[in-house]
Amino acid sequence: MITDFSTKIENTKIDFSPKTIDTLQLNLTKMCNQACTHCHVDSSPRRREAMSRGLLERALALLEADTRVSTIDLTGGAPELHPDFKWFSSEVSRLRRRVIVRHNLTVTWDPHPLTGESMEYLPEFFREHRVEIVSSLPYYQEYFTDRQRGDGVFQKSIKSLQVLNQLGYGKLDTGLTLDLVYNPVGPFLPASQKSLENDYKRELKQKFDIEFSKLYAITNMPINRFAYQLKKLGSFEEYMEKLHGAFNLGAAESVMCRNMLSVGYDGRVFDCDFNQMLNMDFKKNEKPLTLFDIDFETFSKRKIQVANHCYGCTAGEGSSCGGSLI
Amino acid sequence: MANYYESSDLKKFGEVGTFAKEKMDKFWAYYNDVTGTDSALSKREKSLIALAVAFAKQCPYCIDAYTTACLENGSNPEQMHEALHIVSAMEAGITLVHGVQMQNVLRSKGAM
Repeated sequence: MITDFSTKIENTKIDFSPKTIDTLQLNLTKMCNQACTHCHVDSSPRRREAMSRGLLERALALLEADTRVSTIDLTGGAPELHPDFKWFSSEVSRLRRRVIVRHNLTVTWDPHPLTGESMEYLPEFFREHRVEIVSSLPYYQEYFTDRQRGDGVFQKSIKSLQVLNQLGYGKLDTGLTLDLVYNPVGPFLPASQKSLENDYKRELKQKFDIEFSKLYAITNMPINRFAYQLKKLGSFEEYMEKLHGAFNLGAAESVMCRNMLSVGYDGRVFDCDFNQMLNMDFKKNEKPLTLFDIDFETFSKRKIQVANHCYGCTAGEGSSCGGSLI
Repeated sequence: MANYYESSDLKKFGEVGTFAKEKMDKFWAYYNDVTGTDSALSKREKSLIALAVAFAKQCPYCIDAYTTACLENGSNPEQMHEALHIVSAMEAGITLVHGVQMQNVLRSKGAM
Protein backbone atom coordinates (compact mmCIF):
# COMPACT_ATOMS: atom_id res chain seq x y z
CA MET A 1 0.00 0.00 0.00
CA ILE A 2 1.53 3.31 -1.09
CA THR A 3 1.09 6.44 1.01
CA ASP A 4 0.21 9.48 -1.12
CA PHE A 5 3.36 11.53 -1.64
CA SER A 6 1.66 14.67 -0.28
CA THR A 7 0.71 12.79 2.93
CA LYS A 8 4.24 11.42 3.20
CA ILE A 9 5.65 14.96 3.03
CA GLU A 10 3.17 16.16 5.67
CA ASN A 11 3.98 13.23 7.96
CA THR A 12 7.74 13.69 7.69
CA LYS A 13 7.37 17.47 8.24
CA ILE A 14 10.19 18.28 5.83
CA ASP A 15 10.41 21.67 4.18
CA PHE A 16 9.19 21.20 0.61
CA SER A 17 8.92 24.85 -0.33
CA PRO A 18 10.97 26.52 -3.09
CA LYS A 19 14.37 27.88 -1.97
CA THR A 20 15.03 30.00 -5.06
CA ILE A 21 15.08 29.70 -8.83
CA ASP A 22 18.66 29.29 -9.93
CA THR A 23 17.94 27.08 -12.94
CA LEU A 24 15.59 27.76 -15.83
CA GLN A 25 14.92 24.58 -17.77
CA LEU A 26 13.38 25.06 -21.19
CA ASN A 27 11.89 22.26 -23.25
CA LEU A 28 12.67 23.65 -26.68
CA THR A 29 11.05 20.90 -28.73
CA LYS A 30 9.60 17.42 -28.46
CA MET A 31 11.25 16.48 -31.73
CA CYS A 32 14.10 13.99 -31.36
CA ASN A 33 16.11 11.89 -33.76
CA GLN A 34 15.60 8.93 -31.39
CA ALA A 35 12.56 7.25 -29.76
CA CYS A 36 13.84 5.66 -26.53
CA THR A 37 11.85 3.13 -24.49
CA HIS A 38 12.33 5.03 -21.20
CA CYS A 39 11.60 8.54 -22.58
CA HIS A 40 9.23 10.40 -20.26
CA VAL A 41 8.72 13.12 -22.90
CA ASP A 42 7.49 10.63 -25.54
CA SER A 43 9.84 12.30 -28.00
CA SER A 44 10.44 10.97 -31.49
CA PRO A 45 11.38 12.15 -35.01
CA ARG A 46 7.67 12.63 -35.74
CA ARG A 47 6.99 15.16 -32.98
CA ARG A 48 6.77 18.77 -34.19
CA GLU A 49 6.05 20.81 -31.03
CA ALA A 50 8.56 23.63 -30.60
CA MET A 51 8.91 26.77 -28.48
CA SER A 52 8.08 30.03 -30.30
CA ARG A 53 10.60 32.81 -30.90
CA GLY A 54 8.41 35.06 -28.75
CA LEU A 55 8.77 32.74 -25.76
CA LEU A 56 12.54 32.57 -26.20
CA GLU A 57 12.70 36.37 -26.31
CA ARG A 58 10.57 36.49 -23.13
CA ALA A 59 13.03 34.11 -21.42
CA LEU A 60 15.94 36.38 -22.40
CA ALA A 61 14.07 39.44 -21.10
CA LEU A 62 13.47 37.71 -17.75
CA LEU A 63 17.16 36.79 -17.53
CA GLU A 64 18.18 40.37 -18.22
CA ALA A 65 15.78 41.69 -15.58
CA ASP A 66 16.68 39.26 -12.78
CA THR A 67 20.12 37.79 -12.14
CA ARG A 68 19.10 35.02 -9.73
CA VAL A 69 18.95 32.44 -12.53
CA SER A 70 22.52 31.40 -13.21
CA THR A 71 21.87 28.30 -15.34
CA ILE A 72 19.83 27.73 -18.47
CA ASP A 73 19.16 24.06 -19.04
CA LEU A 74 18.07 23.30 -22.61
CA THR A 75 16.19 20.08 -23.08
CA GLY A 76 13.74 18.37 -25.40
CA GLY A 77 13.44 16.11 -27.42
CA ALA A 78 16.76 16.99 -28.90
CA PRO A 79 16.99 20.76 -28.23
CA GLU A 80 19.54 21.16 -31.03
CA LEU A 81 16.77 20.42 -33.56
CA HIS A 82 14.95 23.65 -32.64
CA PRO A 83 15.40 26.22 -35.46
CA ASP A 84 16.48 28.92 -32.94
CA PHE A 85 18.81 26.72 -30.90
CA LYS A 86 22.02 28.36 -32.12
CA TRP A 87 20.68 31.91 -31.81
CA PHE A 88 19.19 31.35 -28.36
CA SER A 89 22.18 29.61 -26.79
CA SER A 90 24.47 32.34 -28.19
CA GLU A 91 22.24 35.01 -26.62
CA VAL A 92 22.24 33.24 -23.25
CA SER A 93 26.04 32.98 -23.37
CA ARG A 94 26.17 36.71 -24.14
CA LEU A 95 24.20 37.30 -20.92
CA ARG A 96 26.99 35.40 -19.11
CA ARG A 97 24.78 32.59 -17.93
CA ARG A 98 25.80 28.96 -17.79
CA VAL A 99 24.22 27.06 -20.70
CA ILE A 100 23.63 23.33 -20.33
CA VAL A 101 22.40 21.30 -23.27
CA ARG A 102 20.87 17.85 -22.81
CA HIS A 103 22.69 16.41 -25.82
CA ASN A 104 21.87 12.84 -26.87
CA LEU A 105 25.22 12.35 -28.73
CA THR A 106 23.58 10.80 -31.82
CA VAL A 107 21.88 13.97 -33.06
CA THR A 108 25.25 15.05 -34.49
CA TRP A 109 25.28 12.13 -36.94
CA ASP A 110 21.61 11.87 -37.95
CA PRO A 111 20.15 14.31 -40.48
CA HIS A 112 17.55 16.76 -39.09
CA PRO A 113 14.20 14.84 -39.13
CA LEU A 114 12.38 17.77 -40.75
CA THR A 115 14.92 19.56 -42.94
CA GLY A 116 17.47 16.82 -43.62
CA GLU A 117 20.20 19.30 -42.59
CA SER A 118 23.50 17.83 -41.34
CA MET A 119 24.06 18.48 -37.63
CA GLU A 120 27.80 17.73 -37.70
CA TYR A 121 28.61 21.36 -36.85
CA LEU A 122 27.35 20.84 -33.28
CA PRO A 123 30.57 19.86 -31.42
CA GLU A 124 32.42 22.94 -32.74
CA PHE A 125 29.41 25.14 -31.96
CA PHE A 126 29.29 23.85 -28.38
CA ARG A 127 32.98 24.61 -27.90
CA GLU A 128 32.77 28.06 -29.42
CA HIS A 129 30.00 29.04 -26.99
CA ARG A 130 31.39 26.99 -24.09
CA VAL A 131 28.10 25.13 -23.74
CA GLU A 132 28.11 22.49 -20.98
CA ILE A 133 27.10 19.09 -22.27
CA VAL A 134 25.02 16.53 -20.37
CA SER A 135 24.60 13.33 -22.35
CA SER A 136 22.68 10.17 -21.71
CA LEU A 137 24.74 7.00 -22.09
CA PRO A 138 22.69 4.28 -20.36
CA TYR A 139 25.71 2.01 -19.99
CA TYR A 140 29.36 1.67 -20.91
CA GLN A 141 28.56 -1.46 -22.90
CA GLU A 142 26.64 -1.72 -26.14
CA TYR A 143 23.81 -4.10 -25.23
CA PHE A 144 22.19 -2.04 -22.44
CA THR A 145 22.55 1.19 -24.39
CA ASP A 146 21.10 -0.09 -27.66
CA ARG A 147 18.36 -1.99 -25.85
CA GLN A 148 17.13 1.26 -24.33
CA ARG A 149 17.91 3.77 -27.06
CA GLY A 150 17.85 1.77 -30.30
CA ASP A 151 20.25 -0.17 -32.52
CA GLY A 152 23.46 1.63 -33.39
CA VAL A 153 23.09 4.31 -30.70
CA PHE A 154 26.08 3.11 -28.69
CA GLN A 155 28.54 3.26 -31.62
CA LYS A 156 27.33 6.72 -32.65
CA SER A 157 27.60 7.90 -29.04
CA ILE A 158 31.17 6.63 -28.76
CA LYS A 159 32.07 8.46 -31.99
CA SER A 160 30.57 11.69 -30.59
CA LEU A 161 32.38 11.35 -27.26
CA GLN A 162 35.69 10.87 -29.06
CA VAL A 163 35.09 14.00 -31.18
CA LEU A 164 34.13 16.00 -28.08
CA ASN A 165 37.28 14.78 -26.30
CA GLN A 166 39.39 15.89 -29.27
CA LEU A 167 37.90 19.38 -28.85
CA GLY A 168 38.83 19.38 -25.15
CA TYR A 169 35.46 18.37 -23.67
CA GLY A 170 35.72 16.18 -20.57
CA LYS A 171 39.46 16.89 -20.26
CA LEU A 172 40.97 18.36 -17.13
CA ASP A 173 41.79 22.07 -17.12
CA THR A 174 39.88 22.94 -20.31
CA GLY A 175 36.75 24.12 -18.46
CA LEU A 176 34.70 22.24 -21.08
CA THR A 177 32.23 20.12 -19.14
CA LEU A 178 31.05 16.80 -20.51
CA ASP A 179 28.82 14.93 -18.05
CA LEU A 180 27.21 11.56 -18.72
CA VAL A 181 23.91 10.20 -17.47
CA TYR A 182 23.18 6.62 -16.44
CA ASN A 183 19.65 5.38 -16.03
CA PRO A 184 18.57 1.77 -15.46
CA VAL A 185 17.35 -0.17 -18.47
CA GLY A 186 14.29 -1.45 -16.56
CA PRO A 187 12.32 -1.34 -13.30
CA PHE A 188 15.18 -1.24 -10.82
CA LEU A 189 16.95 1.53 -8.94
CA PRO A 190 20.33 2.86 -10.06
CA ALA A 191 23.46 1.70 -8.27
CA SER A 192 25.48 4.22 -6.28
CA GLN A 193 26.51 7.14 -8.51
CA LYS A 194 30.12 7.07 -7.32
CA SER A 195 30.66 3.36 -7.99
CA LEU A 196 29.04 3.63 -11.43
CA GLU A 197 31.18 6.66 -12.25
CA ASN A 198 34.32 4.68 -11.40
CA ASP A 199 33.16 1.84 -13.69
CA TYR A 200 32.32 4.19 -16.56
CA LYS A 201 35.64 6.06 -16.28
CA ARG A 202 37.69 2.86 -16.20
CA GLU A 203 35.84 1.05 -19.01
CA LEU A 204 35.43 4.00 -21.40
CA LYS A 205 39.10 4.93 -20.99
CA GLN A 206 40.38 1.37 -21.45
CA LYS A 207 38.16 0.40 -24.36
CA PHE A 208 37.64 3.69 -26.25
CA ASP A 209 40.16 6.18 -24.79
CA ILE A 210 37.23 8.39 -23.72
CA GLU A 211 37.23 10.81 -20.78
CA PHE A 212 34.34 12.71 -19.24
CA SER A 213 33.71 15.04 -16.30
CA LYS A 214 31.04 13.48 -14.03
CA LEU A 215 28.42 10.75 -14.14
CA TYR A 216 24.85 11.37 -13.04
CA ALA A 217 22.76 8.36 -11.97
CA ILE A 218 19.07 9.02 -12.60
CA THR A 219 16.03 6.97 -11.58
CA ASN A 220 13.49 6.17 -14.30
CA MET A 221 10.25 8.08 -13.72
CA PRO A 222 7.06 5.97 -13.74
CA ILE A 223 5.30 8.24 -16.24
CA ASN A 224 4.47 8.28 -19.96
CA ARG A 225 6.41 5.80 -22.12
CA PHE A 226 8.24 4.13 -19.21
CA ALA A 227 4.95 3.77 -17.27
CA TYR A 228 3.37 2.18 -20.33
CA GLN A 229 6.27 -0.24 -20.58
CA LEU A 230 5.94 -1.11 -16.86
CA LYS A 231 2.21 -1.72 -17.22
CA LYS A 232 2.80 -3.93 -20.25
CA LEU A 233 5.29 -5.99 -18.21
CA GLY A 234 2.86 -6.06 -15.23
CA SER A 235 5.56 -4.35 -13.13
CA PHE A 236 4.02 -0.91 -12.51
CA GLU A 237 2.77 -1.57 -8.97
CA GLU A 238 5.95 -3.42 -8.03
CA TYR A 239 8.07 -0.50 -9.27
CA MET A 240 5.95 2.05 -7.39
CA GLU A 241 6.29 -0.05 -4.22
CA LYS A 242 10.05 -0.14 -4.74
CA LEU A 243 10.25 3.66 -5.08
CA HIS A 244 7.95 4.13 -2.10
CA GLY A 245 9.94 1.68 0.03
CA ALA A 246 13.21 3.44 -0.83
CA PHE A 247 11.95 6.91 0.25
CA ASN A 248 14.91 8.85 1.62
CA LEU A 249 14.39 11.93 3.76
CA GLY A 250 17.78 13.41 2.83
CA ALA A 251 16.99 13.11 -0.87
CA ALA A 252 13.49 14.57 -0.35
CA GLU A 253 14.93 17.73 1.17
CA SER A 254 17.23 18.25 -1.83
CA VAL A 255 14.81 17.71 -4.72
CA MET A 256 15.47 19.82 -7.80
CA CYS A 257 12.02 21.45 -7.91
CA ARG A 258 13.04 23.59 -4.92
CA ASN A 259 15.58 25.41 -7.12
CA MET A 260 14.19 25.41 -10.60
CA LEU A 261 11.53 26.51 -13.03
CA SER A 262 10.59 24.26 -15.92
CA VAL A 263 8.99 25.66 -19.07
CA GLY A 264 7.16 23.60 -21.69
CA TYR A 265 7.42 24.18 -25.44
CA ASP A 266 4.09 26.05 -25.21
CA GLY A 267 5.38 28.40 -22.50
CA ARG A 268 3.49 26.85 -19.58
CA VAL A 269 5.47 26.88 -16.33
CA PHE A 270 5.98 23.90 -14.02
CA ASP A 271 7.90 22.79 -10.93
CA CYS A 272 9.94 20.29 -12.94
CA ASP A 273 10.22 18.44 -16.22
CA PHE A 274 8.15 15.51 -14.91
CA ASN A 275 5.25 17.68 -13.73
CA GLN A 276 5.43 19.27 -17.16
CA MET A 277 4.93 15.90 -18.85
CA LEU A 278 1.94 15.24 -16.57
CA ASN A 279 0.44 18.66 -17.38
CA MET A 280 0.58 19.71 -13.71
CA ASP A 281 0.55 23.38 -14.60
CA PHE A 282 -0.40 26.48 -12.56
CA LYS A 283 -3.63 28.27 -13.28
CA LYS A 284 -5.02 31.73 -12.74
CA ASN A 285 -8.71 32.23 -13.49
CA GLU A 286 -8.66 28.71 -14.96
CA LYS A 287 -6.04 29.79 -17.52
CA PRO A 288 -2.59 28.13 -17.43
CA LEU A 289 0.25 30.42 -16.39
CA THR A 290 2.97 30.86 -19.00
CA LEU A 291 6.37 32.50 -19.02
CA PHE A 292 4.58 35.72 -20.03
CA ASP A 293 2.55 35.71 -16.78
CA ILE A 294 5.28 35.26 -14.20
CA ASP A 295 8.53 36.65 -12.86
CA PHE A 296 11.17 34.73 -10.90
CA GLU A 297 10.42 36.53 -7.63
CA THR A 298 6.72 35.64 -7.46
CA PHE A 299 7.15 32.15 -8.88
CA SER A 300 9.74 31.30 -6.22
CA LYS A 301 6.98 31.76 -3.62
CA ARG A 302 4.63 29.16 -5.16
CA LYS A 303 3.52 25.90 -3.55
CA ILE A 304 5.24 22.97 -5.25
CA GLN A 305 2.74 20.49 -6.72
CA VAL A 306 3.38 16.85 -5.90
CA ALA A 307 1.99 13.42 -6.89
CA ASN A 308 3.15 9.84 -6.48
CA HIS A 309 5.68 10.00 -9.34
CA CYS A 310 7.68 12.28 -6.98
CA TYR A 311 8.79 9.10 -5.20
CA GLY A 312 11.08 8.69 -8.25
CA CYS A 313 13.14 11.69 -7.08
CA THR A 314 13.26 10.67 -3.41
CA ALA A 315 14.18 6.98 -3.71
CA GLY A 316 17.56 5.72 -2.54
CA GLU A 317 20.30 8.26 -3.21
CA GLY A 318 17.65 10.47 -4.81
CA SER A 319 17.43 11.58 -8.42
CA SER A 320 17.43 14.83 -10.33
CA CYS A 321 18.55 16.28 -13.65
CA GLY A 322 21.90 16.65 -11.88
CA GLY A 323 22.06 13.03 -10.72
CA SER A 324 21.81 11.70 -7.17
CA LEU A 325 20.94 14.10 -4.36
CA ILE A 326 22.96 12.79 -1.42
CA MET B 1 -1.84 -25.53 -2.76
CA ALA B 2 -1.62 -24.75 -6.50
CA ASN B 3 2.13 -24.14 -6.54
CA TYR B 4 4.82 -24.55 -3.91
CA TYR B 5 6.66 -21.44 -5.18
CA GLU B 6 4.84 -18.16 -5.89
CA SER B 7 6.84 -14.98 -6.59
CA SER B 8 4.35 -12.98 -4.47
CA ASP B 9 5.29 -15.16 -1.48
CA LEU B 10 8.65 -13.38 -1.25
CA LYS B 11 6.87 -10.35 0.21
CA LYS B 12 5.53 -12.59 3.00
CA PHE B 13 9.01 -13.53 4.23
CA GLY B 14 8.63 -11.17 7.20
CA GLU B 15 5.55 -13.08 8.36
CA VAL B 16 7.74 -16.08 9.14
CA GLY B 17 8.53 -14.23 12.37
CA THR B 18 4.89 -14.30 13.52
CA PHE B 19 5.46 -16.83 16.30
CA ALA B 20 9.16 -16.14 16.83
CA LYS B 21 9.57 -12.40 16.53
CA GLU B 22 12.65 -12.04 18.70
CA LYS B 23 14.55 -14.73 16.84
CA MET B 24 13.57 -13.33 13.43
CA ASP B 25 14.51 -9.81 14.48
CA LYS B 26 17.96 -11.14 15.38
CA PHE B 27 18.12 -12.92 12.04
CA TRP B 28 17.18 -9.76 10.10
CA ALA B 29 19.71 -7.66 12.01
CA TYR B 30 22.43 -10.19 11.21
CA TYR B 31 21.26 -10.64 7.59
CA ASN B 32 21.12 -6.92 6.86
CA ASP B 33 24.48 -6.33 8.52
CA VAL B 34 26.13 -9.07 6.48
CA THR B 35 24.54 -8.45 3.08
CA GLY B 36 23.45 -4.81 3.09
CA THR B 37 26.62 -2.89 3.92
CA ASP B 38 29.84 -1.99 2.16
CA SER B 39 32.62 -3.45 4.33
CA ALA B 40 35.65 -5.60 3.45
CA LEU B 41 33.55 -6.69 0.48
CA SER B 42 31.44 -4.19 -1.42
CA LYS B 43 27.66 -4.58 -1.64
CA ARG B 44 28.20 -5.37 -5.32
CA GLU B 45 30.55 -8.27 -4.53
CA LYS B 46 28.26 -9.52 -1.77
CA SER B 47 25.26 -9.51 -4.13
CA LEU B 48 27.17 -11.56 -6.72
CA ILE B 49 28.17 -14.09 -4.04
CA ALA B 50 24.56 -14.25 -2.82
CA LEU B 51 23.35 -14.80 -6.40
CA ALA B 52 25.85 -17.64 -6.80
CA VAL B 53 24.61 -19.22 -3.55
CA ALA B 54 21.02 -18.82 -4.80
CA PHE B 55 21.91 -20.84 -7.92
CA ALA B 56 23.72 -23.48 -5.90
CA LYS B 57 20.79 -23.84 -3.47
CA GLN B 58 18.33 -23.43 -6.37
CA CYS B 59 16.20 -20.95 -4.45
CA PRO B 60 13.83 -19.09 -6.84
CA TYR B 61 13.11 -16.40 -4.24
CA CYS B 62 16.81 -15.64 -3.86
CA ILE B 63 17.46 -15.74 -7.62
CA ASP B 64 14.68 -13.15 -8.09
CA ALA B 65 15.85 -10.94 -5.21
CA TYR B 66 19.57 -11.09 -5.97
CA THR B 67 19.30 -10.68 -9.75
CA THR B 68 17.63 -7.34 -8.94
CA ALA B 69 20.12 -6.59 -6.15
CA CYS B 70 23.04 -7.25 -8.52
CA LEU B 71 21.62 -4.75 -11.04
CA GLU B 72 20.93 -2.19 -8.32
CA ASN B 73 24.49 -2.54 -7.03
CA GLY B 74 26.01 -1.98 -10.45
CA SER B 75 26.69 -5.47 -11.78
CA ASN B 76 25.89 -6.20 -15.41
CA PRO B 77 24.44 -9.34 -17.05
CA GLU B 78 27.90 -10.39 -18.28
CA GLN B 79 29.22 -10.49 -14.68
CA MET B 80 26.08 -12.24 -13.42
CA HIS B 81 26.43 -14.94 -16.09
CA GLU B 82 30.05 -15.44 -15.02
CA ALA B 83 28.79 -16.03 -11.48
CA LEU B 84 26.36 -18.62 -12.88
CA HIS B 85 29.20 -20.42 -14.68
CA ILE B 86 31.38 -20.39 -11.56
CA VAL B 87 28.58 -22.23 -9.73
CA SER B 88 28.15 -24.59 -12.65
CA ALA B 89 31.90 -25.31 -12.85
CA MET B 90 32.13 -25.77 -9.08
CA GLU B 91 29.19 -28.19 -9.10
CA ALA B 92 30.87 -30.20 -11.88
CA GLY B 93 34.21 -30.11 -10.07
CA ILE B 94 32.62 -31.19 -6.80
CA THR B 95 30.97 -34.15 -8.52
CA LEU B 96 34.17 -35.15 -10.32
CA VAL B 97 36.45 -34.85 -7.28
CA HIS B 98 34.24 -37.42 -5.52
CA GLY B 99 35.54 -39.84 -8.13
CA VAL B 100 38.64 -40.03 -5.92
CA GLN B 101 36.52 -41.71 -3.23
CA MET B 102 35.18 -44.17 -5.80
CA GLN B 103 38.74 -44.94 -6.90
CA ASN B 104 39.85 -45.41 -3.28
CA VAL B 105 37.12 -48.07 -2.90
CA LEU B 106 38.05 -49.64 -6.25
CA ARG B 107 41.69 -49.87 -5.08
CA SER B 108 40.64 -51.43 -1.75
CA LYS B 109 38.74 -54.10 -3.71
CA GLY B 110 41.73 -54.79 -5.94
CA ALA B 111 39.72 -53.54 -8.92
CA MET B 112 42.04 -50.70 -9.79
